[in-house]
Amino acid sequence: MISVYHYMTVAAILFAMGTYGVLTRKNAIVIFMCIELMLNSVNLTFIALSRHLNNMDGQIFVFFVMAVAAAEAAVGLALMISFYRNRESIDVEEIDLLKW
Amino acid sequence: MYNYLWLIPIMPLIGCIINGLLGKKFIRSEKAIGAIATIAVFLPFLLSVKYFFQLLGDPVKTHQQVIMSWMSVGDLQIDWGFLFDPLTALMLLVVTGVGSLIHLYSIGYMHGDPGYYRFFSYLNLFVFAMLMLVMGNNAMVMFIGWEGVGLCSYLLIGFYIDKKSAGDAAKKAFVVNRVGDFGFLIGVFLVFWTLGSEHGIWTLNFVDLAEHGHLLGFGGTIVTAATLCFFLGATGKSAQIPLYTWLPDAMEGPTPVSALIHAATMVTAGVYMIGRMNVLFAMSPTTMMTVAIIGAATAIFAASIGFAQNDIKRVLAYSTVSQLGYMFMAMGVGAFTAGIFHLMTHAFFKACLFLGSGSVIHAMHHALHKAHLHDDPQDMRNMGGLRKKMPITFITFAVSCVAIAGVPGLSAFFSKDEILWYTFASTRGAWYIWAIGLVAAGMTAFYMFRCLYMTFYGKEKTDPKAKDHIHESPLVITIPLMVLGLLAVIGGYVGVPAVLGGANHIHHFLEPVFGHAQEAYNIGIKEALYHNYAVEYFMIALSIAMAFLGIAAATVMYLMKPELPAAFTRTFSTLHRVVFNKWYVDELYDAIVVNPVKSFGTFCWKAFDVKVVDGIVNGVGKLTNLFSAGLRYTQTGLFHNYALAMVLGMVVMVAIFVLR
Repeated sequence: MISVYHYMTVAAILFAMGTYGVLTRKNAIVIFMCIELMLNSVNLTFIALSRHLNNMDGQIFVFFVMAVAAAEAAVGLALMISFYRNRESIDVEEIDLLKW
Repeated sequence: MYNYLWLIPIMPLIGCIINGLLGKKFIRSEKAIGAIATIAVFLPFLLSVKYFFQLLGDPVKTHQQVIMSWMSVGDLQIDWGFLFDPLTALMLLVVTGVGSLIHLYSIGYMHGDPGYYRFFSYLNLFVFAMLMLVMGNNAMVMFIGWEGVGLCSYLLIGFYIDKKSAGDAAKKAFVVNRVGDFGFLIGVFLVFWTLGSEHGIWTLNFVDLAEHGHLLGFGGTIVTAATLCFFLGATGKSAQIPLYTWLPDAMEGPTPVSALIHAATMVTAGVYMIGRMNVLFAMSPTTMMTVAIIGAATAIFAASIGFAQNDIKRVLAYSTVSQLGYMFMAMGVGAFTAGIFHLMTHAFFKACLFLGSGSVIHAMHHALHKAHLHDDPQDMRNMGGLRKKMPITFITFAVSCVAIAGVPGLSAFFSKDEILWYTFASTRGAWYIWAIGLVAAGMTAFYMFRCLYMTFYGKEKTDPKAKDHIHESPLVITIPLMVLGLLAVIGGYVGVPAVLGGANHIHHFLEPVFGHAQEAYNIGIKEALYHNYAVEYFMIALSIAMAFLGIAAATVMYLMKPELPAAFTRTFSTLHRVVFNKWYVDELYDAIVVNPVKSFGTFCWKAFDVKVVDGIVNGVGKLTNLFSAGLRYTQTGLFHNYALAMVLGMVVMVAIFVLR
């Protein structure tokens, strides 16, 4: 029997993988995909707990997250394209102008 | 009955607005500007004359007209209201009558000045403020006028904006007047509060104050304090010791201004104010005595300075201070009518003297200008022998000189004699005040004839190159001179005393204003002297003798033996120097008031403002800078550092949540 704990565990593992990717990778697209991974782990938690608690709020929330993630992906990709046009690279290590 | 009273102050205000807004760009023509301004004062004069005669035949002597409510806060109710009674009627005639003559004169005197429109705009504004002052039916409307005339005085003294001395004089006049205004306000508050909180009568209305003033109690502390505060206000506005120093400096303004503001109208505001509040003053013998003594001291002190001045306008300025001293003497001994009477005659002969001096200065200025000389056109040592060149100016000036000296039959003889008689005979009078007044009368005769002789008689001391360019002024200047000269002769006949077989009309006319207080507080002629014509005749003879003594002394010194003054100056060189330098009063004030205030200001600026205030403000900035100098290196600009910080923060928060 797969209980809510299993779902939670999978979500935690997914979240940790996403976080690790965000902190270590240099390619902006990959970082972006890692953030999606983190978002999806959260979505998974929402749905599992929604089912567990017999409360539909969590599932509705997931729709919001997905909609916002789609919008965010559009804006993020546009940013990256315009950055690539200027620098011919999407390496985040090179984006460091906004500092002291 | 008196429905159009409000038109009297409004018309000059309209004239001021028209000339002030449109004069420079749209009207431009000097004739049009001058005509608008003069008519804006002349129409109120006609209206005042009409109402004056209406009042003469009216059994009710006090009329009030409320235009609208000004402010109404709790028990405080102040209206835009006008009062019309014999005192106001007389002041209206003086202000608008002499005012319109001086406006007419200014058309000629200011000809060609780049600030022509500005001058007439200010002049009309002044007349408006002065009319508010004398017509207000409560202390606050009067205060509007009181401050308004102060402002206009400032604007007009500093009219020649490119002259530093004029600006300084204007500032001095304004600042000195502030001291007086402060006293006036405190006095108003004191009376208002005491009558309100102790007797439930919350009022600033003059009619109500006169009616309920007795509640304050005869000789009470409050009434004495309040009236002393009022008197402080009067010393500022009317140039009495200790606040007289601004008036001689005010001569920096154009001469018509000196005639209108600093001789005929504004400086008499203090006298008028005491007259308006006569009930309160009558209740405080202490204040009355102070007023009389200060008046007498000012009269003789200013007259002594007049001895040694060489600037024709300064002589007249000190003479004005001295004559105002006479008016305060009269007010102080309870001879309110005599004070107002002298105010009126003084307005005539002093305005005439000032305008006459203006005519001389005007002629001198043009002559020196044509000869390309830079001599001072106001210095009497550059004049002399002008009587043949400027006959009309000479005759009117001489007539006014004779009048002010107190020669029998002319206006000041009646008014000044009445004051001297009351200082001696009034129940509030004293022999020493009379004695000072008598000596000052002789001194007045002396320095006025000195001025007359130096200007119009003797050798022509003007530079030969300029001499032939001196001409009589145009008609627009000489007509006001002739009218005022005539008034200086006949103005006194409204108050011929009973002892000389007159009816003393002005006494009966002003009776409704002053009679009540004089009766209630036993102010009048001492019983022993009542109808004692022998003493009165003797007094009159004495003052006539004094006047002729002064004239004779001046004639000997300045006409017959012109070398005498120089010899006198050499013999008493120290005395002459002290008097010439105005007893060093300005220097004294500089030392004890002006300089300490200035150094306190410098201290506040350099020590307090720069070090403390600026130090705190700059210190906050510097401190922020110091902190940020270290902290800003945490902003690396690298994406991973920020992400790591966020993750660490999240871990910490979760840890706190879990381990709690």
